[in-house]
Formats: sequence, structure tokens, C-alpha cells
Amino acid sequence: MARMNMIQALNSAMDVMLGRDPGVVVLGEDVGYFGGVFRTTDGLQRKYGEHRVLDSPISELGIVGTSIGMAVNGLRPVAEIQFADYIYPGYDQIVSELARLRYRSAGDFYAPVTIRTPCGGGIRGGQTHSQSPEAIFAHVCGVKVVMPSNPHDAKGLLIAAIEDDDPVIFLEPKRLYNGPFDGDPAKPAVPWSSHPRGEVPEGHYTVPIGKAQVVQAGRDVTVVAYGTMVHVAEAAARSLDIDAEIIDLRTIAPLDTDTLCESVCRTGRCLIVHEATRFGGFGGEISATIQEQCFWHLQAPIGRVAGWDTPYPHAFEWEYFPGQKRVAMALKAIMSAS
Amino acid sequence: MANRPRTRLHVPQPPARPGDRADFSYLKLQPAGAQPRPDVKVSALATPPLATGLVRVLDDEHRAVGEWHPHLEPEVLQAGLRHMLLTRIFDERMQRTQRQGRISFYMRSLGEEAVSVAQAMALRPGDMLFPSYRNQGLYMVRGRPLVDLMCQLLSNTRDMCKGRQLPVMYHWRKGNIFSISGNLATQFPQAVGWAMAAAIKGEDHVASTWIGEGSSAEGDFHAGMVFAEVYQAPVLLNIVNNQWAISTFQGTAGGEKSTFAARGPGYGVAGIRVDGNDFLAVHAVTQWAAERARKGGGPTLIEHVTYRASAHSTSDDPSRYRPKDEYERWPLGDPVQRLKMHLIALGKWSEDRHAALARELEEEVAAAWREATQHGTLTEGPRLDPDLMFEDVFKEMPQHLLRQREQLRAERG
Ligand SMILES: Cc1ncc(C[n+]2csc(CCOP(=O)(O)OP(=O)(O)O)c2C)c(N)n1
Repeated sequence: MARMNMIQALNSAMDVMLGRDPGVVVLGEDVGYFGGVFRTTDGLQRKYGEHRVLDSPISELGIVGTSIGMAVNGLRPVAEIQFADYIYPGYDQIVSELARLRYRSAGDFYAPVTIRTPCGGGIRGGQTHSQSPEAIFAHVCGVKVVMPSNPHDAKGLLIAAIEDDDPVIFLEPKRLYNGPFDGDPAKPAVPWSSHPRGEVPEGHYTVPIGKAQVVQAGRDVTVVAYGTMVHVAEAAARSLDIDAEIIDLRTIAPLDTDTLCESVCRTGRCLIVHEATRFGGFGGEISATIQEQCFWHLQAPIGRVAGWDTPYPHAFEWEYFPGQKRVAMALKAIMSAS
Repeated sequence: MANRPRTRLHVPQPPARPGDRADFSYLKLQPAGAQPRPDVKVSALATPPLATGLVRVLDDEHRAVGEWHPHLEPEVLQAGLRHMLLTRIFDERMQRTQRQGRISFYMRSLGEEAVSVAQAMALRPGDMLFPSYRNQGLYMVRGRPLVDLMCQLLSNTRDMCKGRQLPVMYHWRKGNIFSISGNLATQFPQAVGWAMAAAIKGEDHVASTWIGEGSSAEGDFHAGMVFAEVYQAPVLLNIVNNQWAISTFQGTAGGEKSTFAARGPGYGVAGIRVDGNDFLAVHAVTQWAAERARKGGGPTLIEHVTYRASAHSTSDDPSRYRPKDEYERWPLGDPVQRLKMHLIALGKWSEDRHAALARELEEEVAAAWREATQHGTLTEGPRLDPDLMFEDVFKEMPQHLLRQREQLRAERG
């Protein structure tokens, strides 16, 4: 075991896979010599060479398109899109190609591509460095969508993604890169070294894609979250002194409905928390699933806390961000409904 | 078997990395005055020599020479010097305020000032500009008050973007400068569309747009080129080749075996490669391309050969990926210094006047900063009303946003 922050854990995952599988290649803007603008690929080019860790031209379309071609020719590309906000030039290649290749060729062609990309706000990045686009990928059949909330899961999930024969969109909440964040920007930053999930095995291991995790067991209400919001939800529940069960989805698609619904049927109440905009957000899918399977067990309407339906505004970052207070208010409302 | 040829992936390498000696021997240069200036209606297919050569006017003795010499009045040159120096001093000051935590982020255009300043001066006020984030000189020429720019950087109560955008992402409708996007290269086809509209409406305005050589790898570049050629749009398409795109050198963007301007003739678009640190050459090439566009000659792709002397942004540390002494060894010099020396050679400027101008501009910037911060900073003073966050998503606020605005008010107590 070693202590790692999320950047080091992701780096370690790629290092392990580059070492184990000569078909793994890493590509993206600034990922090679420089090691990535967040330093996530630091040292990998030096270790594995320029043919395995490639600085790509600035074209997300090109990064995704050539990754598909490489994958079809037997490699396992791990592509970085510098910020999730910049993934859209590659969207057609993801939606129309990457996601459908296996289906349209009846399994004769497939493309095991992993697309890593930093997402989420809380770093004063304004509307082009803060988005959480998981829902627009979850809506596409044929790609898996993953978002870890801690270094341990980040490494295990990334290795699982690279080994997966299906394409995976791997979203990294950048506010969590250096430490857990409970939504309070006024508090001094906490490093991962003080958090149990900052303990990361050094070698190969996987965290299964498609499995949610109960991070805190409870009886009164189920809080469903992923990414940064797992930590915000934990802090909000603590502040209210209620016995909340907190589920970290970890994988957004395919959704682990069993874990979710078992929990909500037991607690009878549910709050869904995500940072992405609310309208058409992934919370709607979770809510519908729970309603279908737990309706007769529900004691209160299912609640949703999300980012407002506006672009992420630079000056109002903390009014926008669904912080502890918004989560706590929603939790109180759910607890008082009967 | 042993000698059977095998394919091998080619990975372009910059000539020098940290610890190496700067090396610009890869740059194809030409002496000032070497390029002939063809008629503005010349066929795009006749432009390859212009696209692979280098248009320069200022020679090593600070004289203006050759067919591209624009013969500008000394007052125009002095104005150009002033705008470039103002841009530089503004950049330096804003960089410092970021270091002090007063603004969240900044991007300088150090070393590239001639591109924006000479081009804005060569165009007409009615021409529409579609900039990238490194074109602040356009604002200096078109006369946007510095306080307005600073208030945007501060996201304060007088921010033109109402707190919604990252610093530097200005816009100016009245000044005909389009809103800067954080997403690279998107402005390229948009400028072409604006120019198509001008042609549809029968106006004689042209559009001009700028992207970095790195961003020219985006698909938007291709789309812009194709539409510009198909409709012969009156547009200037500028690639600012400042050698670096964050940590990747221009070879990673496709500049190793060809010039960027040479892509133009391939699309049927006139291509010109110009010394981007030569105010006179940039001005002359811009005038040429604008006249060509106005006379129905269609689009021009202009590559400005320059050097990004600053870090990419305040979040970047270039000493990690390029030699520290590169800018000192950059063969095309410094645009401010070169225009200054030319004016001195003409007998229309002096070191004393230059120093006095610098002092005057420093004071102008300092005074503007004092005024701008009265309207609040990121951390102190008056703040924008968070209600503003919900406006302008749509022209009229739909119900769900009205509800969310109420919810935020309740949340804030
Ligand atoms: C679509 C998109 N992809 C990636 C980025 C991240 N990014 C911002 S600036 C930059 C480098 C651009 O380099 P270049 O076009 O050469 O312009 P320069 O910064 O040198 O002026 C990158 C990769 C972005 N903003 N938008």
C-alpha cells in the first residue's frame, strides 16, 4: 500500500497497464513530454517512450477518431481529453462510431478505448473548465461511463476500464485530484494522505465497473451521489445528525440498480445529488429507476440536488456549486415529509 | 527478411528542450524585401511562393524595404508603437495582479503584439474581428477603455460578462469584436459565416479571425477553409504561429514538413507567410488581404511567424518544456523594439520619448486599475448580484430558472 492523491493513483494505473500490456498506448494534448496539464501522465513518456505515450495535435476529433483506429488494429488506447468541456469536437466519433462499432459490425469490430477527462468545478475555471457532461454520455448506448470519488477507486476503475473490451468514458472530478472536498471552499484543503481511500495498492488491481459502493450505511434515507458530491453529501448528512446511507455510484452507465434499489426500498427515502445541471441530468434516470422499483416503499418524494440550469459562472462559483447547505436543505425536506 | 522495410511511427521532436541550447535553425527565413507583392486579385493557386516564403519589410538596419513597404505616415507608426507598448504594459500589470490574487487567471500576448495591433490598424472599424484569447491588442487599437477590460478580469460589478466568463474572454459588440470562447478554433468558421453574411447583404465589410497554430489542428479549421473557399468569403484567416501550444511545438500541429500558410493554396485559398514581429509587414499583408476580400478576390490565409514569449497562461510554467533562453535567441526579435528602432532611424522617435511614453502608459494603466478596483475585486468590495446567474440563458427566463433563482435566494437566506 502507498499513499497517493488521485493524480498519482491515475498515473499509477496507466503505469501498471503500460508495463503489463504492450498494446496500451496513452495519447492526448500535452500528455507526453510535459506529462499533462494536471501532471497525470507525468514520467510515462520517459519510461515507455514516444511511441507509447504520444503528444497529440490539438484535435479532440482526431484523438478519438485515431484511438478508434488504433483500437481496431489491436491496441488499447487511453486517450486524454484535456478538459471534459473540450470533448465536444470528438462527440460524433464517440456517439456515432465508438459506441456503435460492435453493434453495427455484429461484434466483428470493437474498440476498447478509454477516454479520460477531468470534469467538474470548484477550481474557478469558469464555464469552459467546470462542466460535468456525464448525462450526455450516459444517454448513448454502447459506452460505459465512470466517475471515481477517491484515489483507490480511481486507480482500480481505470485499470478495469483499460482492460474492458468496451469503450469507457472515464470522468475525473478535478476538484478531488489533490484531496477530498466537502463543498466548503473556506476550509483549508485536506490532502488525500489523511483519508482512508488515499491508501492505494501499488500494483495491479481492479474495481469493478458497474458496481456502486455503500460508503456509509444508514437507515433513515439513501443519498445517491458520485464524484465530488459523495464528499459533500457525507458532510451534509453529518451536519444534520441523521442516519443516512450514502451510495457512491462510481459507475454511471451501466447503472447498479440492485444496490440502489435495495437501499431505497429499505430506507424509504432518497436524495440524489450531482454537480451537473439538473434538467435532463442523470438524476432523472436514477429517480425514474427508483420510482419504478421502490414505489410502494417510498415515504417521501425522491429529491434531487444539482447544479442550476445555467452555464457554470466564474464569479458565482459557490452560489452555483451544490454545496452542503443545498444538500442539507433537501435532506431536511425529505426527512420531514411523511 | 532481415532488411525488409518496416513502417515506423514518426514523432516530431522540438529542436530543444530544457537544458538544451535554443535552436531555431528549423525556421525558414528570408531577408526583408525578398518577396514580390502580387496584384491583390492574383489567383490563389499562384500564392505558394508567398505561402512558403516570408514577407518582411524591416531589415537589420531598421530600414523599410521592398515591394511590401506600406509607406505609412510616421504618426501611424507612432500610434502603432503606442498601442503595442500599452498592450505590453497592460499585460505585465495584469499578470502581477493575478500573482497577488486579485484576479483568478491571465494570459499575456508578450512578443506577439504586432499581430493584433498592426492588423486592427490596417482594417476598418466596420470590419468584424473574431479573436482568440491572445489578441488584446485589438482592444487597444479600437479604443475600449482599459477600465472595462479590467472590470471583466475582476468579475466585478462592472464586468461586461456579468461574472460569467473566465478573465480575458472579452467581447465588444459596439467595437465589432466578437465574444471570445474558451473552446479553441470555434471562431474560425464563425468568421467565415459573418463574412458570407456581409456578402449576402452586399456590404463591403470584411471579417478577420485568429487562431494559434496548435488550434489549427481542430476540425473547425478545415470547415472554415472549405466554406471560405466555396463562397469566396471576404475574410482574413490568421494563424498565429507562436511556435508553442502549451508544451507542444509547432511540429506537433503540422508545421514540420510544411508551413501553415501553405495549407491555403491546397484549399484554393491565397496563403501568405509573414514575419509576425514586423509591424510594417503585418500591416502591409493585412491591407493586401483586406483589399483582396473587398474587391471580391475571396479569403486569405495568413500565417504570422512569431514567438510566445510569455507562459501559456498564469497556470503554466514553460521552463518545464522549453529552454529558458529561447526568446533571447528568437531570430525575428521583439516587435516593439523593432518598430521603435525603425522610427528612431527615421528621425521620428528617440529613446527619451520612448521612456516618457512608457511612463505615461504605466500611469494610465495604474490609474485605470485604481478605478476598476473601486467596482470590486474577486475577493473584496462590491459583488455582482448572484441573481444575474440566471439571466441570459434565454432571452426570457423560463419557469424552471425562475424557480431555481428563488431556491438560491432561500439558500442564501
Ligand atoms: C477544444 C479545446 N481543446 C483544448 C483546449 C485546451 N487548450 C487551451 S489553449 C491550448 C493550446 C493552444 O495553443 P495555440 O493554438 O498554439 O495557441 P497559443 O496558446 O499558443 O496562442 C489548449 C490545448 C481548449 N481550450 N479547447
